[in-house]
This record gives sequence, C-alpha cells and structure tokens, in this order.
Amino acid sequence: MSDTVLESQPDLLVDHDSGTQGDLRTEEMLINMGPQHPSTHGVLRIVLRTDGEMVLEAIPHIGYLHRCAEKIGENVQPYQFIPYTDRMDYLAGMNNNQGFALAIERLAGIEVPARAQVIRVILAELNRIASHLVSLGTYGLDMGAFTAFLYCFREREMILDMFEAACGARLTYSAITVGGVHDDLPEGWIERCREFLDYFEPKINDYNNLLSFNQIFVKRTSRVGIISIDECLAYGATGPMLRGSGLRWDLRKTQPYDGYETYDFEVPIAYPAGVNGVPAGVVVGDCWSRYYVRVLEMTQSVRIIRQAMDRLPEGPTEAPKLKNIKLPDDEVYVEVENPRGQLGFYVRGDGSAIPARVKARGPSFCNLSITTKVCQDVLLADVPAIVGSIDVVMGEVDR
Amino acid sequence: MAPEDIFKLLATEFGDAVESTTFDGGHPHVTIKPASWPGVALFLLENAKLRLNLLRSITALDLLADDKLACVYDLMHVPTDDPETLITDTFEIAVRVVTDRNSPVIPSVAHVWAAADWHEREAFDLMGIHFSNHPDLRRILCTDDWVGHPLRKDYVFPLEYHGIPATTEFELTNPRH
Repeated sequence: MSDTVLESQPDLLVDHDSGTQGDLRTEEMLINMGPQHPSTHGVLRIVLRTDGEMVLEAIPHIGYLHRCAEKIGENVQPYQFIPYTDRMDYLAGMNNNQGFALAIERLAGIEVPARAQVIRVILAELNRIASHLVSLGTYGLDMGAFTAFLYCFREREMILDMFEAACGARLTYSAITVGGVHDDLPEGWIERCREFLDYFEPKINDYNNLLSFNQIFVKRTSRVGIISIDECLAYGATGPMLRGSGLRWDLRKTQPYDGYETYDFEVPIAYPAGVNGVPAGVVVGDCWSRYYVRVLEMTQSVRIIRQAMDRLPEGPTEAPKLKNIKLPDDEVYVEVENPRGQLGFYVRGDGSAIPARVKARGPSFCNLSITTKVCQDVLLADVPAIVGSIDVVMGEVDR
Repeated sequence: MAPEDIFKLLATEFGDAVESTTFDGGHPHVTIKPASWPGVALFLLENAKLRLNLLRSITALDLLADDKLACVYDLMHVPTDDPETLITDTFEIAVRVVTDRNSPVIPSVAHVWAAADWHEREAFDLMGIHFSNHPDLRRILCTDDWVGHPLRKDYVFPLEYHGIPATTEFELTNPRH
C-alpha cells in the first residue's frame, strides 16, 4: 500500500510505538466460531464470550444437521432403518448398524448365527480403527501438523477399500443388519485383511513418532482441557473421554455383546507423565490423554480382529425369516461401545412390524455437552484443541 | 444390585412416590410420581449402595392411547473407587415418569446429573415436555421458531418453512403406512 493511500485513510495507520499490542484493555467480545469453521469438524457453532485472549464462556449451538431420524424410525420397519443409522455417526457406520441390530434382536428375541457374530466383530473393530484414524489425522490438522493427516488417511483408505469389497459401500455400509450380516465375506478377503493388519500394526509407531510425541503437539495439547472422571460421568461423557480421564471402563468388557467376552484384549487408559512412556507435561484427563487413548485402542482392535479371523466358523450369516418381524409389546434399551463412546438405542414395539418409538443416544451428543464446562477461562487458541479432542461427529449429535 | 432390590429400597424409602414397578419384559423399570422425582433422583445418585452416577439417556415417550407423555431415564452404576482396575460388576435401572399430555411438566434433574441438561432440552424440543427448574430450557435441535414438537404422534408436518418446501399435500394425505 502506498503512503498516499494510508494518509487518506488514517484508520489504517497503526501507531506501533505507543504499544497498542501490549494494551491489556479488557473488553468483552462475542466471537462466533462456526458453523463452517474448519476446526469444528462439521457444522458445529460455538459462541465464545471472550476477554482479550481468554474465553470466559463457550456455548455450543447444534442442530444444523437435524433430520429427526427418530421420527423416521417410527415410520419404517427395523431393517429399513439400518441405512439411517449409517448416517448418524458416518465415520463409524458399522458400529451404529451393530447397535441398532442388537436392540431389535434383543426385543424380538432373534438368535444371531455364530459366523455372523464373528464377522460383525471383525467389521466393527476395523471401523473403529478407521474412525480413530480420522480422529488422529484431523486432530493433528487442527494443531497444525499436516503430515500425520496424510499418513492416517492413507491407511484409512485401505480399510475403506476392504469395506467396499465386503459390502459394496465405502462409508454408509448397512452391512450389519438385524439377525446377522447382510453379506458373507468375499473369497480371499480374510487373507487381504491379514496382510493389511501386518502392514498396519507397525504404522502406529509412525503416528507416534510423527504426532503423539512431537514436542509442539504435546505442548499444545497437554495440560489443556483437563476433565476428571466424576465430571465425565456427570455429563455422560463416555468412551475415549472417560478412559482418557483414567477410568478403565469399556462396555465390551463390562456388558459384552456379540461374543466380546471371548476375546482377549485390554482396555487402555491414560497415565500421568513418566508412566508407560507418557511425555513430560501430560496430566491425566487432558487433551493429549484423550488423543493417546485412541492410539492405544487401535492396537487392541488389531488384536481382536486377528483372534476373530482365526476362529471364523462356517455356517449361515443371517437368521432365517427376517422380513416383517412383529415386534412384541415390550421395550429395550441397548448400549454398545462405539469408537466415540456408548451408543444407545431405545426401541419400543407395539405388536406391529413398525416400532412405536426409536431413540438414539449418541455418544458425541453427550460428550459435546461438556464443552461449556471445560472451555471456561481457557485461552482462545485452546478451544480448537479441546473441541478436537472430544472428537464429535455432527451427524450423530444432530441425528 | 438387582433391579428388584433397588425397587424394594425405593418403596421403603419413598413409599407413595413409587406408582408401579415392571420386572417382566426387556426393560425393567419403576414409575415415579413427577413431584417426588428430584428427591428420588438425588437418592439414586447419593445412596452409598446405589451410586447410579451415569445418566445414559432420557427417552421421551408419547403414550397417545392413555393421553399421557412420559420420560424414561436410563441409569447405570459405574464403579470409580479403583479407576485403574477393570471392574465388570455393575448394574442399571430405568425410571419412568409419566405426566399429563395437555400440560406436561416434569421437574428437572439437571442439578443431579449434568447430562440431563441437554437430554431434557431435547425432550422439550421434540416432545414438548416442560421441565420445571431447568437452567436453560430452550430448543436444541430444531430452530427457535419451529412450530410444534415433531415426535408427538399427532404432529402435523409443515408444508414449508420460510419458503423452503418441507412436504407436499399429497404426502400429508397419503402417508406411507
């Protein structure tokens, strides 16, 4: 800009000598973050009341993706509702299918064949890895680390290719249906999956070197957004959030479904700095802890998939006679461990083939409600770090 | 603790507040009178034997045939005394609170479980149940100027919203089911 322009517009002249930047004049300001902000992972809007660099209050506004899926559930048969569950948590379609299928099976008393149960576990755990890879990659992106994102998405792409081979879709699978799984695994798929796991397992180390133990990343995420176990439970925050606060709790262990009790795996939790290789500065319950629990969970998922592939029995993959099942005049509430936490389905039947009420309890919805509590008196730059560590999927928050 | 024992404990502690209990079926639950619900909720959270510290979900129900609305609260005990050890010994119960359909009011339990804040807002938004003493009762998923509560069984879909077509008259007069 030339001098003449600046002289004609005196507002553009900044007096650097008088120290405008050091001026700590406090003035409250409302800042609108979203709904199209890249660091909010979807259409989340957060209104921030700030004072300088400090955030005094953060109020999330949701509902931009609301489709009233629960009302749709009251108008279609259960097997027709499966595709709608894909579109709730669209990063973990398999796990959502599984949750709803389990609820209907428990309500109508349907037995799932052994082979279908094992295929379900394989697909659900693969989807958990894929979902955590997105979480890791985009969280790095939020913190300014671009490389890890590309590495994570490279591996996720391979999982999506395998899902495409198994069920024909890359994101909205509907592969796990009421009474079993929609399709049997194609020929050669198990060998392909084995190859992938052998390739993938050492890559977790790469993510750790690139991102987890990167000094800049650790500095930005440690000691930020600390949540205690009791706060998590009060707000209904579950999954990696609860384990990131140090509580060993996983529905796959405490209330096992689809035969998870027969698999040998551990439930990783967060540890303080210095224990089990956790870098200095980290406090249990901070953003880094929540992030790192997801990394550790991927190793456990690999273990589960390997065991499942070794035991895959022969047999049918779907219970017989599943169209037009009459739902009894009864109700159930079933929860499964989604990559983001406990996903619950309440289903009520009234004797007809169409449910009288379908309610989905999304883990992201409950996890997000803690935002106002955590984002109190934090730095403005920490808000994306905190929101990213909660790892919300807006499709499921808004349903 | 088994649901039977919890319901017995509630009956001795609160007497008349317990309207009925249901054990058979897939979802054992106890029905509590709306006026007594906050006291019962505090008891469920703070009693040393119960410690139901996780409010998992609040499901709003439209019981059109009985001309009632209801809320189902799904609660769970998560042991936290020894966080590093995996404890699988847990229990869960469900509480149902039934209210009148024409003037539905249920006391809020957001001060007992913070999770109830958003769940109650959702039930208010989609089912039109008012929660007295709620800290910030406003719509959460629908827009502020939305008319009606979509999850009610007698809800009529609007033809348009600010000029955006929502449904057609044919759809309204020819429901698929």
